Amino acid sequence: MPSSNRAASNDCITVDFNGQPMNARAGESLAEFIDRLGKDPNQLATAVNAEFVPRDMRKTLLLQQGDAIMTFEPITGG
Amino acid sequence: MSTFSVYGVSLSSRFFLGTAGYPSPAILKEAIAASGAEVLTMGIKRQAANVAAAGHNQWWSLIRETGRHILPNTAGCRTAKEAVALAQMARELFETNWIKLEVVGDDYSLQPDSFELVAAAEQLVGLGFNVFPYCTEDLIAAQRLVDAGCQVLMPWAAPIGSGQGITNRRALARMREKFHNLFLVVDAGIGAPSHAAEAMEIGFDAVLLNSAVAQSRAPVEMSAAFSKVIEAGRMAHLAGVIPAQDFATPSTPVTGQPFLIHKAG
Repeated sequence: MPSSNRAASNDCITVDFNGQPMNARAGESLAEFIDRLGKDPNQLATAVNAEFVPRDMRKTLLLQQGDAIMTFEPITGG
Repeated sequence: MSTFSVYGVSLSSRFFLGTAGYPSPAILKEAIAASGAEVLTMGIKRQAANVAAAGHNQWWSLIRETGRHILPNTAGCRTAKEAVALAQMARELFETNWIKLEVVGDDYSLQPDSFELVAAAEQLVGLGFNVFPYCTEDLIAAQRLVDAGCQVLMPWAAPIGSGQGITNRRALARMREKFHNLFLVVDAGIGAPSHAAEAMEIGFDAVLLNSAVAQSRAPVEMSAAFSKVIEAGRMAHLAGVIPAQDFATPSTPVTGQPFLIHKAG
């Protein structure tokens, strides 16, 4: 599980979001970052650096420079 | 149809249906209805970077509305670590402990990687999942999966999407014999309804398929056809299929040739 005790600051950081570089505030939580995307946070699952982050832990996980954030959604499947 | 239980869930249909590759949501909906399937498989995928532009997930809404049990898969995973992470996401998205565990080791055959599969199953059972592992007919790997806590095994008939049908009947029959109390599902490689019937005649408890219905010319009719033969195959298994033999045995109880009487002496 990614650490939730990360240092917060006002600096801008760069994270990787689903393969694309994006800006985030240092110390911004994963929940805040997802909210800014404008999608229903209950309709997607999240991972940071390839580790699952449960919905109830998004608020306490603070993003860091270089973090790889991925979001997932249901699809049809066999 | 009689009922049976899988991980404590009561079911009556032995037809598990995949939801991918249908021409339209409406046809999928009709195919589900025609199948009578109570278990539907689904997947999860990483979203595009421009997630805000993504539209409403029409397929998932439709499938959810059917009220069927969802069996999410871990398609695309190559390692136990990936599969465990994806399974946890699936549990959150679909609100179920069921997981169809797929960990493949080869792009050409999409053959399950038994080593990673067992490692993932051990972890997932520890995390409270009900694991449905997609596996080969390898009896040792199967035993390891059972030892890990799997109450269901899902061996392939043939490579995913190949439509070849059961390529190793004897191995599947041996698996049925060895794990006689376990819930066994033939998963992958089914192309024609006769393939599904064969699996059920061997004694498998259910059949899971997707492409054979979704890629057919008329998915709704094909779904109905599979539904009928899966039930027929089950009935045949219970009734007892006669063993094959290399020589003929007359079925009509005639007295020799009609006009030829063998005289004694």
